[in-house]
Amino acid sequence: MEYESDFHVEPGPRVLWAGMDGVLLRFALTPEPEAMVATQLLAADLERSPPAGTVEIAPGLVSVLLRFDPVTTRRDVLAREISARAAHILQGPLDRPAPARRWTIPVAFGDADGPQLAEVAQAVGCGPDAAIQQICEADLRVLVIGFAPGQPYIGLLPEAWDLPRQSELTPTVPAGAIVVAVRQIVMFGAASATGWRQVGRSAFRSFRPERDTPMPLRAGDAIRFVPVPASEIEALDKADDGLGGARLEVLR
Amino acid sequence: MTSLILRRADGILTVQDMGRPGHLAKGLSCGGAVDRQALIEAAALLGADRPLAGIEMAGAGGIFEVEQPMRIALTGAPMTATLDGAPLRWHASHQVAPGQKLLIGGVQAGSYGYLTPAGGMASDEWLDSRAAHLSIGIFSPLAPGELPTGQDTCPDMPPQVIDPAPRFNGGTVRIIDGPQTGLFDDEVLSAFFSTEFTRSDRGNRQGVRFDADRGFASEHASGLASDLIGPGDLQMTGDGVPFVLLAECQTIGGYPRLGTIIPADLPIAAQAAPGMKLRFRRITLDEADRLWQTETGQLRAALARCRPLVRDPAMMTDLLGFQLISGVTAGNELEDQ
Repeated sequence: MEYESDFHVEPGPRVLWAGMDGVLLRFALTPEPEAMVATQLLAADLERSPPAGTVEIAPGLVSVLLRFDPVTTRRDVLAREISARAAHILQGPLDRPAPARRWTIPVAFGDADGPQLAEVAQAVGCGPDAAIQQICEADLRVLVIGFAPGQPYIGLLPEAWDLPRQSELTPTVPAGAIVVAVRQIVMFGAASATGWRQVGRSAFRSFRPERDTPMPLRAGDAIRFVPVPASEIEALDKADDGLGGARLEVLR
Repeated sequence: MTSLILRRADGILTVQDMGRPGHLAKGLSCGGAVDRQALIEAAALLGADRPLAGIEMAGAGGIFEVEQPMRIALTGAPMTATLDGAPLRWHASHQVAPGQKLLIGGVQAGSYGYLTPAGGMASDEWLDSRAAHLSIGIFSPLAPGELPTGQDTCPDMPPQVIDPAPRFNGGTVRIIDGPQTGLFDDEVLSAFFSTEFTRSDRGNRQGVRFDADRGFASEHASGLASDLIGPGDLQMTGDGVPFVLLAECQTIGGYPRLGTIIPADLPIAAQAAPGMKLRFRRITLDEADRLWQTETGQLRAALARCRPLVRDPAMMTDLLGFQLISGVTAGNELEDQ
């Protein structure tokens, strides 16, 4: 008996079947930076000109899922088209797509809002102030949204930030917590347990059901963090919009 | 605006419809009824041209009344139901009159029962759906009070009964390969597909755990990038224990998935009560494609399983007083006449 996705574990890009109405282009099994860039390029390309019969496009970290309407198209047709687009992207250059939007988000680093900042800075090999500077100067993008509605995985930080997760979970970090691991930043939408280390806190709520735009962030958005005093985050916490003083620029 | 009055909630009652698809990129899963077939069958019983929003009842129902005559459908996991004390048939539609008391008790098999008014529930919408998504704070379990319902478009339609798609006693569910099936060794896969699992006590609208006396782990699980996941996926924990993902699952996950239950069989896993036995059978994608149906196709198939509920013997408290028929009978003529 033959199975359609009877493949072996291979590193390169693959088109895979994802349920009855999904085609997944996976660039890698592990979160390699080049595969992340290729993912962002393919997602942007598919969104710009979706193949006929596309119902939904959802980027992962190193894969893009395309959900389709089985009544109007066939998965092998889509697989051919997506493969061709991915192959074209992999010919390079693998430069990240220019961001369409940029968020500037105030963050309080260290102390009670970032209890593990010193520990993280030491692991990175610098002082706390230099660590804050590196986060705020990094050219960051929303890599993927998941785990909870609207919640961003942001990256990539410089290579020195390739820190493993903690072996023990921190029982709870507050909503807005800025946590780091594996060159990435998560900005928690709600209080949560985590194996990542908390270095700061924003008043930005990535999910607010009652807001006109409940989940304002999009994969591919540029993110710039700006350090502010803890008292400012406390004040921003009280604003009704839950946007934490974030500023959105539309770049193109 | 008509309304259904909830006097007492005994189980966890939520409004559910077919969910809110289209937000995966923003980290929001579709949600909606855990047993989508139950809303399809309710629509067929009520003569609706598409699935309506109904009340999903986890474990047990409650006490309901109406202020105006209302048709309702009872589908999904069969529960004990009475109208003014007279037994009410499950997998059927009924007329409820003002002043009557509709009592829906505990499940007899399965996990989730559904009560759907003919006009559908008309509660608030969020992102074009009325479905409660409790894990992210969208709407709440129903509390006693008046629940708004929509207009019945065919109030004169007589009560119907349906042969439900069998799904309340475990059995075998069919699996297609998914993007990560190749991460599991052949030995692990063949053992998995020849093992009988037991539905564990751990389960909710996000997913359900199935236990066996061994694990089915992937050797390639460490360091995997998180990937997109969805309802029906068999997510395998580090110890190799399968969780079947359901309507309210997250959108990305780090555990590898062994395969995906086809949509037609997902209600079997979703409805399996703790202790129920389940097996997984691997089928090809071609076979799965042949089994796949659009929502309209599913509704048409459900309509073909409906017939009029002419008179339900279970409701005839004075059954012995009727001159039924003389001679030998098959016992089902009251429905077939």
